[in-house]
Amino acid sequence: MAEEKKVYTRTKGIIEGAVSGFCPGCMHSTIHKIIGEAAEELGQLDNLVRVEGVGCCGLGQFYVTCDETIAAHGRAGAVATGIKRSSPNSLVYTYQGDGDLAAIGLAETLSAANRGENFTVIFVNNGIYGMTGGQMAPTTLVGMKSTTTPGGRDPQEHGYPMHMSEIINQLTAPYYIERVSCDTPQNVIKARNAIKKAFKYQLEGKGYSIVEIVTSCPTNWGLDPLKSLDFLREKMFAEYPLGVFRDGGEKKQ
Amino acid sequence: MARIEITTEACKSCSYCVISCPKKCIEIGEKVNSKGYLYATSVRPEDCIGCAMCAQICPESAIEVWR
Repeated sequence: MAEEKKVYTRTKGIIEGAVSGFCPGCMHSTIHKIIGEAAEELGQLDNLVRVEGVGCCGLGQFYVTCDETIAAHGRAGAVATGIKRSSPNSLVYTYQGDGDLAAIGLAETLSAANRGENFTVIFVNNGIYGMTGGQMAPTTLVGMKSTTTPGGRDPQEHGYPMHMSEIINQLTAPYYIERVSCDTPQNVIKARNAIKKAFKYQLEGKGYSIVEIVTSCPTNWGLDPLKSLDFLREKMFAEYPLGVFRDGGEKKQ
Repeated sequence: MARIEITTEACKSCSYCVISCPKKCIEIGEKVNSKGYLYATSVRPEDCIGCAMCAQICPESAIEVWR
């Protein structure tokens, strides 16, 4: 019999022995894991700089091994612009939730995308404000209950869900836009490849890349982790279809 | 012979690994870890094929796989 080989090792991108502060079933920790794996595969773990938004993603500061800073709420795009311009050889990414990127930081996000800044945005879209207690975010689905819309989101009063990838796809400068999820092992692998591709484009100096990851929030959706996966597949994927919106690298071939 | 090793202290009982295992050889056990979660355990380890699906989906990176 052949000798036993280790086929899956915990990435060095997260602190050894650390347990994340995220709720059971939360995919934030999955995303931290695959970012670490993607950077490790590219050999860029020592070169990685992370800019965090405010919210649940801020819990990642106790969990990752790379250099990082936390921007004011929503301003990660502006802070990452400064870091990337002053240290162009670093691999810079921002890690933002939907409240941070799509509501409070909409101006910074779209301005950075419009300038085609050479960094990567990891956008975690779970349709709700997580850490502050489940308020309505711009990405909340129509009819979805949150603490600020106890009767469900009413389009007449609160508007419709905001599709950030589609909005950024209207701009000329961004190089790579993809929407992925983490609900199955296959999708986790796809998400990791998308992040790896975005990092690779950044290292090649191609410009702005955004990977939107549609995830669940079992705690604030009020569902257990497995039921939240069903909700994610049925409702969230219907509103936010997965796929590549733009890939500058593919176009030229 | 494939096997998995679960860091029980990191397990939060989300059971994503249980539904992802194609051979159904992971289950949520009856013991709790120091955080109070019922943690996942490997049952029927002889069925494990080392596909690492459980490790891919595990949010806490609590599973490591040998094959």
